[in-house]
Amino acid sequence: MANTVDIYVPGDAAALSVGADEVAAAIASEAKARGADVRVIRNGSRGMFWLEPLVEVATAKGRVGYGQVRARDVGPMFDAWLAGKSHPLLVGPVEDLPFLKTQERLTFARCGVNDPFDLAAYEASGGLAGLRKAAAMQPSAIVAEVLEAGLRGRGGAGFPAAIKWKTVAELPAGQKYICCNADEGDSGTFADRMLMEGDPSVLIEGMAIAALATGASEGYVYIRSEYPHAIAAMQKAIGIWEAAGLIGANVAGTGKPFRLIVRRGAGAYICGEESSMLESLEGKRGVVRAKPPIPAIAGLNGKPTVVNNVLTLASVPIIIDKGAAFYKNFGMGKSRGTQAFQLAGNIRQGGLVERAFGVTLRELIETYGGGTATGKPVRAVQVGGPLGSYMPPSQFDLPMDYEAFAAAGAMVGHGGIVVFDDSVDMAQQARWAFDFCAIESCGKCTPCRIGAVRGRETVDKIIAGKDVAANLALVADLCETMTDGSLCAMGGLTPMPVQSAIKFWPDDFRGQTPWRMGSDPVGAQQ
Amino acid sequence: MHDGNLIAGNGAAPDSSRPDSAREARVTAICQRHGNQPGALIEILHDLQSDLGFVPETTLPMIAHALNLSRAEVYGVFTFYHDFRKAPAGRHVLKFCMAEACQAMGADKLAAAVAKSLGVEIGATSKDGSVTLEAVYCLGNCALAPAAMLDGRLIGRADERSLLAMARA
Repeated sequence: MANTVDIYVPGDAAALSVGADEVAAAIASEAKARGADVRVIRNGSRGMFWLEPLVEVATAKGRVGYGQVRARDVGPMFDAWLAGKSHPLLVGPVEDLPFLKTQERLTFARCGVNDPFDLAAYEASGGLAGLRKAAAMQPSAIVAEVLEAGLRGRGGAGFPAAIKWKTVAELPAGQKYICCNADEGDSGTFADRMLMEGDPSVLIEGMAIAALATGASEGYVYIRSEYPHAIAAMQKAIGIWEAAGLIGANVAGTGKPFRLIVRRGAGAYICGEESSMLESLEGKRGVVRAKPPIPAIAGLNGKPTVVNNVLTLASVPIIIDKGAAFYKNFGMGKSRGTQAFQLAGNIRQGGLVERAFGVTLRELIETYGGGTATGKPVRAVQVGGPLGSYMPPSQFDLPMDYEAFAAAGAMVGHGGIVVFDDSVDMAQQARWAFDFCAIESCGKCTPCRIGAVRGRETVDKIIAGKDVAANLALVADLCETMTDGSLCAMGGLTPMPVQSAIKFWPDDFRGQTPWRMGSDPVGAQQ
Repeated sequence: MHDGNLIAGNGAAPDSSRPDSAREARVTAICQRHGNQPGALIEILHDLQSDLGFVPETTLPMIAHALNLSRAEVYGVFTFYHDFRKAPAGRHVLKFCMAEACQAMGADKLAAAVAKSLGVEIGATSKDGSVTLEAVYCLGNCALAPAAMLDGRLIGRADERSLLAMARA
C-alpha cells in the first residue's frame, strides 16, 4: 500500500466488553505480518453498540464500517481488502447508516469520530471554538446566552441550567465550584460514560466555560466507580488540557484559574442526587441534604456551587459557539435542543440516539431500535431510569418532551429507555423498584428508608395471592406517603415504576395468576 | 493480627512480622498523597483497598488520625459505600449487573445459574477463595445486556459458559 491506511477500533468500554482490544491487536499484527502500512486509531464509540466492535477503515469515499468484528475475522478481512473484494461483515459507509444519518448530533458530534485524546483533531472538528468565544465575553453575557438557548438539566430533573449559573455568578466573589455529576447510575443509561470516553474534551470545555461564567476557580467531576474507563479517560484528558495551558492557572488566556479534579464514587446510587454527591465530594456518607439552602448558594464546602450533569455541561460549547438561536431551534415546547436517548435492555439495535426533543418513543424503539432482541412483542418500556414509569405500547406515540411526559405521569429523565418483551412479570418489576430503593436509600428520611422495605414485603404478599385487594390499597397508600414525604427523588419517585406497573398491567397483580404458575403467558395477559 | 496473609489476588506482598506498623506506614503514605484532606477520604479508602485487597478495620483509626476525623466518621463512610470490603475477596471478583436493562435480558437467571455452578452465593466468596460473586446495579453497558465485570474487565452479552470459564481460570 502506498499510503498509510487509518483503521479505527473503538476504545469505548462497551466495545471493549465484546472484544475491541483483541480486534485492535489482531489488526496491528496482521498488518505487520503482511507489511501493510496501517495506523490503528482508538476512537470512541459511535453509539451503535449492537455493531460493536465496529471497525472503520478510512477510504477516499469516507469511513467504511465492519460490524461485530472478532479477532479471527481480521485475517479474512485483510484478504478481502487486498483482493479488492467485499467482506460479509461490511456494513458500508458508517455515516450513511440510517441509525446514524438521521440523528441530530450536537453534543455527540465528535464522539466516535476522533481519537478522544487528540486535541488537534478536537480543535480541527470545531472544538475549543466555544471556549475561545467565551473567553472574550462578559460572564453575564455567557449566562444570558445559555439562558436564551433554553438549556435544561440533562441529569433528569430538567431544571434550567442558566438559572443555577446566574445565582452563583451574582454572589460575591470568593471560592466557587463547578461540580459535574457523572454518577450515571440509572439502568439503561450510558450516554455520560460514552461521552466521557469518546469526547472528554467537550465536557472539560463546557466546565471551563461554566467557570468563566460564574467565577468558579475549582471544578470536580464526580464519576461512579463502576466506570473505570471513563475515570481514566477524564484524568488523561484533563492532563492534556493542563499541559496545553487551556485550564489550570490560566483558562484559555483569560488569566483566570480553573483547576479540575476527578473524584471517584464508591458504589452508592444515591450519590447521583446532587446534595448527596456534594456530601460524597466532601468525603462524607452520601446522605442527602435538606433544601434550602440550594447548592448554588451553599454547595460544596458550603460555597456557591454549580451542579450540572455531564450532558448539560457538554452541550454548552456548541451553544456558545453557534449561538442560542441555533440551539433552541431544535426541540419542542419548553424542551429545547437535543437529548441523548439511550436504547437498552431487550432491544435489537441498542445504542445512543441524539435527536431533538419531540421524537416519539415509537420512533426510537421501532425505527432506531428495531424492536426486541428476542423478536417477541414489546410489553413494557421503562423510561428515565429505575425511578421512571413503565410505559405500555399505547403510550408510544408520546413525544419525548419533559412536559408531555409529566402530563402522562411519566418522566424523560436522563433519556434511558429500557425495553422488555412479553415475558416480563410487572409485579416482579414493581417488587424490584421497592427492593432497589431499600438497597440504595441513604436512610435519612423515614418514608424512603422504611417505606421501601414495607413496600417490597407488601408486593411479595400480592404475588403470593394474600389479601390482594387490601394489600394493593396499602401499596397505593404507601406510595402516596413516599411521594409526598420523602426528602429527595429516591423515595419520592420510587412509586412511579410501582404505580405505573399496577395501573397498566393490573392482571399481573392478581396473585397466583395462571401465568405465574407456569402456563401460557399470553393467555393470562390479555 | 495475621490477616495480612489472607490478601489475595492483588500482587501485594503480605505484611512482615509486624503487620500493623507496616500497614500504618502504608496508610500514612496514602493519606499524605491526598494531602491528609478529609474531602479525599473516599479516594483514600479506594487506594487502600487497591493496595491491600480490602480495608482492614485496624486501618480506620489510622486514617481518622491522619485526617483529623473521629473514628466514627471514618467508620461511617467506610460502611456507607458498597465498594469497600471488610474482608479479602477471592482471586477473581465476578460482578453481575442485576439492574433493569440486564433483567430484561435474563440477568437474574444468568447470575443464578453461574452461582449454582460455582457453588457460591451472590455476595459471597467461595470456600477455596477462588471467586467472589457480587451484584452491581448498572455497569453502563445496557445496550449489550446482560453485562458483567470480571476483575475490572467489562463483559457484554455475557453468557453462562464464558463467565464460568473465566471465573474458573
